[in-house]
Amino acid sequence: MLQILHDVKIDWLGNRVWFIGISVLLMLAGLASAIVRQATGGQAFNLGVDFKGGTVVTAKFKQRPNDETIRSALGSKGVHDAVVQPVTDKTDTVLIKVPLEGEGQDGRVKVREALNTFGKEAAPNLDLENDANATYKIIGTDAVGAIAGAQLRNKAIAVTLAALVGILIYIAFRFEWTYGAAAVIAVFHDVLVTLGFFSIFQFEVSLTVIAALLTLVGFSVNDTIVVFDRIRENRKLHRRDSLYKVTNDAINQTLSRTIITSGLVFLSVLAMVLFGGEVLRGFSVALLIGVIFGTYSSVAIASPIMVWWEQRIEAANRQAALAFNQPLKGGARTPAKAPAKAPSKASNRRAGVKL
Amino acid sequence: MKKKNLLQRTIIILVVTVIGLYLVIGPRRRPHLKDFTWSGIKSTLRDNIHLGLDLQGGSHLVMRVKTEEYLRRLTEENYVAAQNAAKDAGFEIKGGQAETSGGNYRVVLEPTDASKAEEIKEAVQKKVELGDTSIWGYSASGGRLTWSMTQAAQRLLADNATQQALNIIESRINALGITEPTLQTHGAQSSHQILLQMPGVQDPERVKNILQGESRLELVHVIGPPSPSPATTYTSEAEAIASLGSGGVVPPNRKVLPYQERIEPTANGSQDQAQKPKQWVVVEVPAIIDGSELRNASAIPTQGGRSEDFEINFSLKKAGADKFGAWTGAHINEYMGVVLNGEVKSVAYIKSQIYDQGQITGRFTKTSADDLALTLRSGALPAPIEYLEERTVGPSLGQDSIRAGVRASLVGLALVVLFMLVYYRGSGVNAVVALLLNMMLMLAGLIVFGATLTLPGIAGIILTIGMAVDSNVLIFERIREELRSGKTVPSAVDQGFGHAFITIIDTHVTTIISSLFLFVFGTGPIRGFAVTLVIGLLVNLFSAVYVSRTIFMWHLDRKERVESLSI
Repeated sequence: MLQILHDVKIDWLGNRVWFIGISVLLMLAGLASAIVRQATGGQAFNLGVDFKGGTVVTAKFKQRPNDETIRSALGSKGVHDAVVQPVTDKTDTVLIKVPLEGEGQDGRVKVREALNTFGKEAAPNLDLENDANATYKIIGTDAVGAIAGAQLRNKAIAVTLAALVGILIYIAFRFEWTYGAAAVIAVFHDVLVTLGFFSIFQFEVSLTVIAALLTLVGFSVNDTIVVFDRIRENRKLHRRDSLYKVTNDAINQTLSRTIITSGLVFLSVLAMVLFGGEVLRGFSVALLIGVIFGTYSSVAIASPIMVWWEQRIEAANRQAALAFNQPLKGGARTPAKAPAKAPSKASNRRAGVKL
Repeated sequence: MKKKNLLQRTIIILVVTVIGLYLVIGPRRRPHLKDFTWSGIKSTLRDNIHLGLDLQGGSHLVMRVKTEEYLRRLTEENYVAAQNAAKDAGFEIKGGQAETSGGNYRVVLEPTDASKAEEIKEAVQKKVELGDTSIWGYSASGGRLTWSMTQAAQRLLADNATQQALNIIESRINALGITEPTLQTHGAQSSHQILLQMPGVQDPERVKNILQGESRLELVHVIGPPSPSPATTYTSEAEAIASLGSGGVVPPNRKVLPYQERIEPTANGSQDQAQKPKQWVVVEVPAIIDGSELRNASAIPTQGGRSEDFEINFSLKKAGADKFGAWTGAHINEYMGVVLNGEVKSVAYIKSQIYDQGQITGRFTKTSADDLALTLRSGALPAPIEYLEERTVGPSLGQDSIRAGVRASLVGLALVVLFMLVYYRGSGVNAVVALLLNMMLMLAGLIVFGATLTLPGIAGIILTIGMAVDSNVLIFERIREELRSGKTVPSAVDQGFGHAFITIIDTHVTTIISSLFLFVFGTGPIRGFAVTLVIGLLVNLFSAVYVSRTIFMWHLDRKERVESLSI
C-alpha cells in the first residue's frame, strides 16, 4: 500500500520554542508592516471598496487603450485618484477604481463620461461583440458608500469574533476549556498571520477575504480537533503516559491524515486561484495562505499551548493538594489559600491524571 | 439480521439518490425526450438552480431613507402651522423656531405676552396636530411654549416613513416593468435601509433616478399684483426677501423659492444653451394643494412646441379638485405656481376657475417626462433616499464567473479523485462514489431549500470537496492503523468508522458554527457561501459516513471471510 508517512516519531512539543518563535516573528512582521505603513502615510491594509467606499467599474474593450491613456481620460473628467488595474486573465478587460468623493456616488457616471472619449458604449441590450458601433461596454459596477463601508467593516469584525467565541464554547463543552482556549488562540494566530501577509504584500482586503478568513477559522479548528480527539482517546487508553507523550503520539498518529487532507484542500484552493477567475482571487489567495498556517498551527501552536496550560493547572493543583494535606501549624486554621485558592471542581476532576 | 440491515441501507441510499437526481436534473413538467440529451440536462439544471445576481447578471441596490429629513420637515410644517394658528386666534407671537438638531425635534413659540401661554397652547392644539400627546410632549418655561417629539414617536414615524417609501418604491418598480425584483428592508430596523435586487438589469442609472425622484408636487399662490401686471419675480433671493418688508426675515406664511423652467437636454443629446437665468418668487404657505391630491399624471407632447418637447398633464382627486376649484374661483387673474421638489417650475395667472386639470410645463424629453409622470403617479416619497451600495453585474461577466467557477470545481475534483484512487486504490473508489454523491445531493439541497447559488457559493462547493474527502481520509487512515495493529478486516472497518465518527462530528459542528455566523450576519454573496458550505457538510455526514460504510459492508458481505482490504 502507498504510504506517505509511517511510524513517525517526531518530538513536536520539544521543539515548541522554535515553532512559537517562528509564529511570533511572522505576526510581528505583519504588525510592523501595518504600523510602519500607517505611520508613513500609507495604508496598513489595502482595503477594497467594500470597506473603504468608492466605485469599481469593470469595462470591456474591443481594443483596450493602455492604462495611462485611460487614466488621463479619467483625469480630464475630474477623476484624479483612480486606479486602473488590468485583469490578469483577460487582456480586453480593465478594472477602474474610483475612491469615494463627497455625498454622491456618481463614480459610474463619471467613468462612463471618460470612457466615452474612446468611442460609444454598446447598447444596454447588446453584448460588446454584437454592437458594431461600440468600442467598449461597462460589464460590472460595485459602488459602496461611506456608511455601508463602515457598516460592512464593523460587521465583518463582529462576525469573526462571534464565530471564535462560538467555537470556544463548543470545544470547551466537548473537551476542556483549556483545549478550547488553545484552539481559539491558534486560530486567532492564523487570522493574524494571514492578515499580516495581506498587509505586507498589500493584497486587497474585500468582503470575500473576510469570508475566507472565517472559512479558515473553521478549517484550522478542524485540524486542531482531529489532534485533540486523538489526545482524548489516547489518554483513556494509556493512562500511565504523560500528557507530553500522549500529545506527541497523537500528533504523529494523525500526521498522515493531516498532510493528506491539507494537501487535498490546498490543491482544490490552488485550482480556485488558477482557474476561479478574478472575482474569487482575493478569497482563494487568503485561503491558500490560511490552509498552510492553519495546518501548521494545529500541530505547532494549539497543542503546545494546551499542554503548557494543562501542566500549569496540574502543578497548581498538586501544590494545593500538598498544602491541603500538610498538618496544620500554629494558629493557621484555614487550609492553603495559595497558590490556587481552593481547587475548583474542574481541577479536582483532573487531580487524578498523571503527567 | 445483518443481511436485512444491509438491504435496508441499500434501499435508503437508492431512494435518496433517485430523489436527489430528480431534483437536480429532472424537469418540473412532463419530460420530453430531449430532456435526456446533454443540452437538455444543462438547460433543466439552469432552470432548477436559482442563480444569484453575480452569476446571472443584474443589479443590487441598497438605499437608505433619510428619515431625519422627514422628521425635520414634519417639525417645520408644524411650526408654521402653529404660528398661523396662534395668529388666527388673535395672539401675537414675537418669535420661535423649529429646532431639528442633535436628534431633537422641537417646535418653540415665544408669545409677546407670556401670561397668555396656556390660552395659546389651547388655540394651537385645537387646530394643529401638536395636540397629539402620543407624538408631542408639551412644556412651558420662561414664556416659551415647547412641543418636543418623543423618542418613541421619532422611532415610530421613522419606521412608518421607511415602510411608506418601500411601498412607493414598489409601485415605481412595478410601473417600470422590472421582472422578478426582490424588495425588502435591509439590516436592523433602525437603519432604515431598503434592499432592491433586479435580475437582468445592466444599467441601473435610470431606475436609480426614478426611485430617487422625490416628486413633491405643490400648487402655490404666487404673491404679487394680479394680471395684467406680469408675474412678480426677483433676480436674487435677497431682493425677494427684501420685498417682504419684514426686516430680512421670511414670515412663516411666506416662502421664497427659486423659479427656473427646467430645460432638459434635447433628445439628440445637444444641450440647449439659451437657458433662462434663474429667478426667485415669493409664494404663500401653506400650498393650495399638494401631490397627495393627485389622481393621475401623464406625459404629452408640448402644444405648438418642437416635436421632441414634452410636458406633464395631471389631474386631481375629487377632494383636491373641490379645494382647488374653490380657491381658483376666488383668485381669478392672480398668479399661481407649480412647485416640484421645492423649485417653481411654472407660473401662470388664473384665467378662469380650474377644477381638476393642470400642467407642468418646461421642456422635458419624452423619457424624462415619462419618468416624472411615473413618480408623480406613485406618490411622493416621504423623505429623500440615498444609495449606500450598488453592485451591478452584466450577464457576460456572470457567464465568465460561472465558467471559471465550474472549471475550478472540476479541476479540484479531478485532482482529489486522482489522488484518492492512487493512494487508497479499491477503497478510493468508495470515497469517489461518496464524493460525487455528496456534490449531487448538495445541489439538490440548494434546490430544496430554494437557496441561491452565488460565486462565493461555488467556492463553498469547492471547499466542501476538500472537507468531504477529509472525512474519508480520517476513516481510511484509521482503518489502516487498525489493520496494522493486527485486527481482522471486519473489525478494523468497524473500529475505523467508530473512532473516526466522533472526530467527524466534532469537526463538522465547529465548521457549521462558523458558517452559521456567516449566514446570520452576512449579506448577499457571503450568505450564499455559508449556505452551500452548511448544506455540503450536512450531506457529507450521509455520504461520507453512511454511504461509504454501506459500500464497505457490501464488500465484506460478499465472502464469508475477508482476508485483505484494498486500502
